[in-house]
Amino acid sequence: MTGISEPGASRDGYGDALLDLSSDERVVVLEADLGKSTKSCHFRAKYPNRTFCLGIAEQNMALVGAGLAEAGKIPFASTFAIFSERAFEQFRNGIARTGLVVHLCGSHGGMHTGQDGSSAQSTEDLGIFRTLPGMTVMHPCDRNSARSLTRNLLSHEYPSYTRTARNKTREIYSEEEADNLEIGVASELRAGEDATIIACGVMVERSLDAAEELSHRGIEVRVVDMHTLKPIDKDAILRAAKTGAIVTAEDHSVIGGLGSAVAEILSEECPTRMKMVGVRDKFGESGSPEEIMNKMGLTSDNIVQRVIELVQKPGRT
Amino acid sequence: MVYKAQSGHPGGSLSCIDILVGLYRSAMRFDPDNPGWGDRDRFVMSKGHASPAVYSILRDVGVLEDSDLDGFRSLGSVCQGHVDRKWTEGVDFSAGSLGMGLSFGLGSALAARLDVSERHTWVLLGDGEIQEGQIWEAAMAASHLEVANLTAIIDRNRIQNDNFVDDQMRVGDVASKFHSFGWNVIEIDGHDMSEIVSALSEAKASDGPTAIVAATVKGKGVSFMEDNPAFHGAAPNDEQYAEAMEELS
Ligand SMILES: Cc1ncc(C[n+]2csc(CCOP(=O)(O)OP(=O)(O)O)c2C)c(N)n1
Repeated sequence: MTGISEPGASRDGYGDALLDLSSDERVVVLEADLGKSTKSCHFRAKYPNRTFCLGIAEQNMALVGAGLAEAGKIPFASTFAIFSERAFEQFRNGIARTGLVVHLCGSHGGMHTGQDGSSAQSTEDLGIFRTLPGMTVMHPCDRNSARSLTRNLLSHEYPSYTRTARNKTREIYSEEEADNLEIGVASELRAGEDATIIACGVMVERSLDAAEELSHRGIEVRVVDMHTLKPIDKDAILRAAKTGAIVTAEDHSVIGGLGSAVAEILSEECPTRMKMVGVRDKFGESGSPEEIMNKMGLTSDNIVQRVIELVQKPGRT
Repeated sequence: MVYKAQSGHPGGSLSCIDILVGLYRSAMRFDPDNPGWGDRDRFVMSKGHASPAVYSILRDVGVLEDSDLDGFRSLGSVCQGHVDRKWTEGVDFSAGSLGMGLSFGLGSALAARLDVSERHTWVLLGDGEIQEGQIWEAAMAASHLEVANLTAIIDRNRIQNDNFVDDQMRVGDVASKFHSFGWNVIEIDGHDMSEIVSALSEAKASDGPTAIVAATVKGKGVSFMEDNPAFHGAAPNDEQYAEAMEELS
């Protein structure tokens, strides 16, 4: 399923999707002075009457969204992933708790965002939004899947948080493949029975690279794109457990993120040996995305190592 | 710096650099040989993306070196993308998320009062930044708590990230807003050094919190950046860099 690269960033997919959805008059777009960055600016340019620019005021944006939602609109609000955290309590009490459907997109998520430094590198967003009852949390890996999953939100009955990335990643899904994606259903990108890598966002391409490398070493791993962290695809995790070893990979803290979500399922339903590739309780710093990802242990080599540690462990059946 | 890193925020750095010169060269109690001196005035760069301005002034007073500035935004550099007290000597507040600095400044001012110290706290805010509600929470608290040792300087360059402030979200009459929150207000031309220096000394002497609303030009000094929203967060290319250096020299 790995496509040939037509580079684009997942945030571009969000911008594409808003335009795709624009024919539905209920769709409204909210911005907090970052529309050029999150890519909602394209919708704004075409539909200024359905776009509300609220200034640098994320908390206000969240509740304005709630008011619009209560009246039957479908609000798509965006800012940087890190500043979505600023409106967390507003999201909890004003949106998730009240059963209103507002869709929030946080772009520039993770260490991958690079040079802006630690104040911009959100590695908690997926974890905190995952704790809210009824909230859907997604982190697509490329432009086409971000576009398709965002489009699927039109008929979604729950509020959502979607993290997108600032920088280009290679195309993982063709447009047709992406069209078949469903919120909450993980997709298997590569078959394998020796172990499984479950990844999200920018770590998906790295996981595919790792799988390729492992294959050269005679280890065939399955690669699963867990684009939806909540509701998480339990069946896909339990199927992965049958491979006997699971490595999770995320550009996010291992505390609360994808690794935690997978471990929550496995520890209760099917204890399985696993390792997590993710940020180890650290803040980042300025540097190029590649340098930071290296420093934080978020490379395909790191994934390869973790898989090898698991499959080589004596006593494994 | 921004050219070299090919990323960063030139516009809002150039608009406030004259103010920083006034602060460090005339108003602030600060010892470049001992930037960590406990009883120094505190400077809070709340619009943390204007870090190049801070690094430049710290270079100018001798706390940083050229080689530090050369590393701006690169791995391991003391000059992080956004000002960060853990990385840079002489930086008092870690910013990057807008709207937080005035509250921090209020805390510093309250601490100085508890310590019965003369030290003053200076907070530099963006005019887009004051759209954040937290600014007004701090503004209300500062006058309620009657802090006299706190000054906010608003860099009124009329541009934010996406566009002009008036198009994004009007902040209106900033001076009257602060005034109605119980602050002393001084309005100046933020590029006129004598106005800057006298406003800073008046603010220091005042008996309540003071807001200096400084009319500035985003990208000041570089013709193609001046008043141009495109240079909020964009680096100049080779040609533009040469032209800018020529104009600034
Ligand atoms: C809480 C928060 N939201 C959004 C941003 C992204 N951002 C960085 S700079 C900027 C515009 C700032 O405008 P202004 O305060 O007027 O600063 P200046 O024009 O002087 O650079 C925005 C929205 C941020 N840093 N923090």
